[in-house]
Amino acid sequence: MKTLNTVEIGQTVEVTRFDLDEATALRLQSLGMIIGTRITVLARKGKGTMIIDLRKTRFALGPSITDHIEVKYV
Amino acid sequence: MSEITLGFIGNPNCGKTTLFNAYTGANLKVANWPGVTVERMEGAISSHGQKIRLVDLPGTYSLNSFTMEEQVSRQFIISDEVSVIVDVADASALERSLFLTLQLSEMEKPMVMALNMMDIVAKRGIDLDLHRLQEILGIPVIPVIARKKRGLKTLLHAALHQAEDAKASNHQPRMIHSEEIKPHVMVYSDDIEQKIKAVEDLLPANTPRKRWVAISMLTADPEMKQRYPMDLSEIVDGQEANQIVNQRYDLIQDIMEEVMLGKEQSDTLTERIDDVVTRPFWGVVIFLCMMALVFALTFTVGDWLSGYLEIGIDWFTQLVGSLLTNLHASDWLINLICDGIISGVGGILTFLPNITILFLAMAFLEDSGYMARVAYVMNEIMEKIGLSGRAFIPMVLGFGCTVPAIMASRALESPKDRKRVMLLTPFMSCSAKLPVYILFSGMFFAHNAMWAAYSMYLIGIAMALLLAWILHWMDGEKGTIPLLIELPAYKTPSAHSVAVYVWEKVKDFLTKAGTTIFAASILLWICMHFGPSGYTSDVAISFAAYLGKGLAVILIPCGLGFWQIAVALIAGISAKEVVVSSIAVLYGIANVNSFGGMQLLHAELLASGFGPLNAYCMMLFTLFYIPCVAALSTIRKESHSTAYMFKVAAFQFGIAWVVTTIVYQVGSLFLGV
Repeated sequence: MKTLNTVEIGQTVEVTRFDLDEATALRLQSLGMIIGTRITVLARKGKGTMIIDLRKTRFALGPSITDHIEVKYV
Repeated sequence: MSEITLGFIGNPNCGKTTLFNAYTGANLKVANWPGVTVERMEGAISSHGQKIRLVDLPGTYSLNSFTMEEQVSRQFIISDEVSVIVDVADASALERSLFLTLQLSEMEKPMVMALNMMDIVAKRGIDLDLHRLQEILGIPVIPVIARKKRGLKTLLHAALHQAEDAKASNHQPRMIHSEEIKPHVMVYSDDIEQKIKAVEDLLPANTPRKRWVAISMLTADPEMKQRYPMDLSEIVDGQEANQIVNQRYDLIQDIMEEVMLGKEQSDTLTERIDDVVTRPFWGVVIFLCMMALVFALTFTVGDWLSGYLEIGIDWFTQLVGSLLTNLHASDWLINLICDGIISGVGGILTFLPNITILFLAMAFLEDSGYMARVAYVMNEIMEKIGLSGRAFIPMVLGFGCTVPAIMASRALESPKDRKRVMLLTPFMSCSAKLPVYILFSGMFFAHNAMWAAYSMYLIGIAMALLLAWILHWMDGEKGTIPLLIELPAYKTPSAHSVAVYVWEKVKDFLTKAGTTIFAASILLWICMHFGPSGYTSDVAISFAAYLGKGLAVILIPCGLGFWQIAVALIAGISAKEVVVSSIAVLYGIANVNSFGGMQLLHAELLASGFGPLNAYCMMLFTLFYIPCVAALSTIRKESHSTAYMFKVAAFQFGIAWVVTTIVYQVGSLFLGV
């Protein structure tokens, strides 16, 4: 089981599971992140503050989100 | 003439306000970061013999609202106020925009899509089959370029048609791969459709927008569940919300495959800039350097330009003085006009170039797209004090003006974070504190003036962060709202939006000079020339002196126990620039920002025992003490609490007093004052 915060820059992964509170999960959902969505890591620092490419838009996510998103390599 | 209401709704940063400004001629603020608009704005135009009310709404990614501004948009769209929904979509991010479009189409209201930023799409080599998109969505899709005012007439024409046609709410969407008409754009799986039907049957017969309400009930929308309480346990199994969202995205994927032709070139400019400015550690260094550059420009270029303005004001003062003397005006009138009004208002006007340069630099930061990156760059530091990097944006805006900065905190999810940001934002040195820094550092720190002033900015940030950390530590709660923000593509700041942004600020400043500062100068002059025994030319027995002496006692430990300073600080609560205009009036200095004016004031202050340490304490006290009236009333409005406003004021006064006292007392020990 791999979480998003461990993914290296430049890698593309697919979301397999969310382990987040409902509000945050819903927020991500309305940005287009659901199970099966592919995301690319563009930048990362600290404990997992990341910039990701999600459906051709850049988003910055905090570590308390990225370490609760389970992913797999594609 | 009947009135039609058009509501502009769409994702953050897709250009709704630009479109609104283009139609109404308004100058509402636009910038390149998500969350600029935080309240609904209205404007009226008329076209084709119709009165049209335009409503600009804060950006939202979906109708499931999470923050205050998103709630504003949702409530407006749900209400019956809107005649036609104008779904503004960023064509360069169509895929993401369609989620909201699908939700909006379920409202079954007349609707048009304004596909904005078509120029960027063309530049990136994307071909969009708009004809097909229009057929699939079943609503008019109008390409526009809001920045260049292209497509506005067509969009309005289409919207008016929708408003007139009684059947416009029945969209006529077609299947993706055939010309067959569907009942709805979004037709879910049979299983979900059956459940929607079942909930629809349970709803009261007169429920408006039944399908949307039913879908909201299935996705456990808290507001709808409360409005239509019913037992759905026989219908739902808890998986519906996920299935509904997944099916929407499946459709979006299919739509994109059908309408997007040509391969998109990636945005290399954004990639290259982000590669540099978002590096760990260096990102923070770059941010600090950028802010240092902003302030360096403000001081150097601003001061150079101020010189010319001072010459003009000197000339004007002499002209008015000799004119009044020739007219044999009484001494008190000449005194009031020259030493009261012109010293106060004119003295402040010479700071206009500095303030213009500051806002010009802020406009570049905001319109380029860098502002949103600040949230990413500062996230680690902010998380240590219990806030997300997102909360840093209002704080940076605070360098311009506290009022819009506090309003920007609406985009934060948790009310606790909002209150904390409201408490900290006034510690950021706003443009009104700038004249105080320029004047006192210019008088007392000669070659190090810029560093003395720059230190105020750093101390302000450091103090805000320290206080936030203490509050976080006292609170004991570990959970913080995580960072989640869109980073828009960089663009060259538009000359028009930068000009509008700066002009609005300059206008505010001039208005303030003509109203608050003008009134404060006259009031102060009256207080200086009247005492318990009536009109007096001896300022020592005036009301101002009595009031100032009473308050100066409290300020003695801070090194500010001078009655003139006390009066200036009280007057400064009306607006921080008034601290400077009051000092000019109190000491009778014409053109206080000029070299001659500064020398005169410097000599007077030195003679009364006010030295460099006192000057530094004066700057510190101004940085921290009670926010201006405008900021206080915004805090009251945003927190819905007068008590909270007074708490903030008392808190800031306390901090100002404690910090300045420590600096003065410790400084005195070392300097042997």
